[in-house]
Amino acid sequence: MSALDHVAASEGMPSALAQSRAYTGHGGRPVRTEPRWVRITLTAIALAFLFLFIGLPLVTVFYEAFRRGWAAYVAALVEPDALASIRLTLIVAAISVTANLLFGLVAAWSIAKFEFPGKSLLITLIDLPFSVSPVVAGLVYVLLFGAQGLFAAELAAWDIKIIFALPGIVLATIFVTFPFVARELIPLMQEQGTSEEEAAISLGASGLSTFFRVTLPNVKWALLYGVLLCNARAMGEFGAVSVVSGHVRGLTNTMPLHIEILYNEYQFVASFAVASLLALLALVTLIAKTILEHRLAEGDR
Amino acid sequence: MTIDVVGVTKRFKTFAALDNVSLTIRSGELVALLGPSGSGKTTLLRIIAGLEWPDTGEVRFDGEDALSRSVRERNVGFVFQHYALFRHMNVFENVAFGLRVRRGADKLPEAAIREKVNELLSLVQIDWLAERYPSQLSGGQRQRVALARALAISPRVLLLDEPFGALDAKVRKELRRWLRHLHEELPVTSVLVTHDQEEALELADRVVVMGHGRIEQVGSPAEVYDNPATAFVHDFIGETIALPGEVRGGALYLGTRALGLDSQGVADGPARILARPHDVDLADPAATPFAGKVLAVRTFGPTRRADVALSGSSGPVIVEAAVPHGQTLEPGTEVGLMPRRYKVFPQASH
Repeated sequence: MSALDHVAASEGMPSALAQSRAYTGHGGRPVRTEPRWVRITLTAIALAFLFLFIGLPLVTVFYEAFRRGWAAYVAALVEPDALASIRLTLIVAAISVTANLLFGLVAAWSIAKFEFPGKSLLITLIDLPFSVSPVVAGLVYVLLFGAQGLFAAELAAWDIKIIFALPGIVLATIFVTFPFVARELIPLMQEQGTSEEEAAISLGASGLSTFFRVTLPNVKWALLYGVLLCNARAMGEFGAVSVVSGHVRGLTNTMPLHIEILYNEYQFVASFAVASLLALLALVTLIAKTILEHRLAEGDR
Repeated sequence: MTIDVVGVTKRFKTFAALDNVSLTIRSGELVALLGPSGSGKTTLLRIIAGLEWPDTGEVRFDGEDALSRSVRERNVGFVFQHYALFRHMNVFENVAFGLRVRRGADKLPEAAIREKVNELLSLVQIDWLAERYPSQLSGGQRQRVALARALAISPRVLLLDEPFGALDAKVRKELRRWLRHLHEELPVTSVLVTHDQEEALELADRVVVMGHGRIEQVGSPAEVYDNPATAFVHDFIGETIALPGEVRGGALYLGTRALGLDSQGVADGPARILARPHDVDLADPAATPFAGKVLAVRTFGPTRRADVALSGSSGPVIVEAAVPHGQTLEPGTEVGLMPRRYKVFPQASH
């Protein structure tokens, strides 16, 4: 009852804040400082959660990977199927990140700098991969390009294999990583407007020159940031890729699929060794992301 | 360079930004396009620059068709409202941009670029800021960079869109005088867009007053202030006292009372009698055309204003009259208004 009174008296302030205000009468402490034990407890809970759900799994990955020692770890990585999965993952990521880099730039540029009918529809569509389950995305490609799919006859006639092959994996990955670059660029480009481009053109720059000297440098950090997130997701994508890949060992298994297969076969060390590479990628991404965020915050440079 | 704008019309969807506008800007002139927001002044400037194309009409530079040339080829220096400096380039590179993007025969060697940029930076008195980035500059400094950058391409036309809009009052006045000085030093025709009448009247050789996509009046600052062509110009430039009235048989009336003022040839019908506050005297209510009750008296700085309720033909009309120094006026008293200089316009005109 008394807690409710506090909330009412403080007009919907967070109750902790209202509480601390109530304390000031006694202690003479600054209004916005919590008591020491509250601070320590809250911090401890946050840290414990962080350790339990993020720190511990990460440590476990590396612990399991090195359980049989360095030799077993390396052996698991240089095994032909593992190498093939790493190679495939790198190829898929390279293609899909490049594709989404180009698409993201074009989409963000047209959305931010021009008015055209259907613009809001395009903005909504860009977000679609975020709201659709990756498995559904994968299934859509199977329905379109699979053996019983919509374009099955045409594909067979030209002897093009999409599902259970590299093109299908790339398509599925492009779909799920579609929004990262565009989403990062659109708000920034909208905020920057078109006046710098107009200034460049009025000073005699060509369209291409304006793009490379003005537009691109203005968004370079956001672009890198988007590419980084896009790459992390492209390498780690499981669901959509799993549907279209067909799990052919040494051929259509990406790293996440390879890890799952190894794990299901009780090859824990091998499985975690490959997983440690993805974890390492995550750590590198995290560091690079922090640096980029710093750059982005600096903004104008 | 002489700029001719002939019959230019520009619509944005259903909104007519410019409605059959014609204007001649003489070589070497500094012209101000003055008007409230939405009057079409910025659109006109952007059409002259080539950033916008008119639906109909012509733009000629020294008699030659300019519309067939893109903004790149028009060689106009454009200073944007919020400067639009390239944020990832330092001051030097911002100014050098127009020289660096040149191709082919026009391309300058690096040494010539450096010399020209340094020359411009000292012309606008910011040579000591060459290494700074736009985010590290004050508003006034950014303004100078924007100007130096626009001048780098040696334009014969300098177009400025609200160049002082984002600056505080003191810097604005300082830069205004400096810009006027710069304009006189350079062989350039300048067009300036502003909604600030003080700026336009102080800076420009001629003022183009715009409203609702049309040109209301073109004239020297003294002409548009002392002799406004339309009620709109009278209202927009300087302070205006609007007195009610009606023209009947060539004479001015308020209700049934003859005002004894010159109707200035305005046709019969409701009219507005417009005067500058300093041209309206307070006097004995029995001896003046207008009389009313003082509602309130306000003082700001050296000026004092009184709200006076005049009885018009359809209810009371409240006008704001200037109270001269040394005269006291109590709310509630009856006071008479005597316009010494005034202009009569038909009510219907905007």
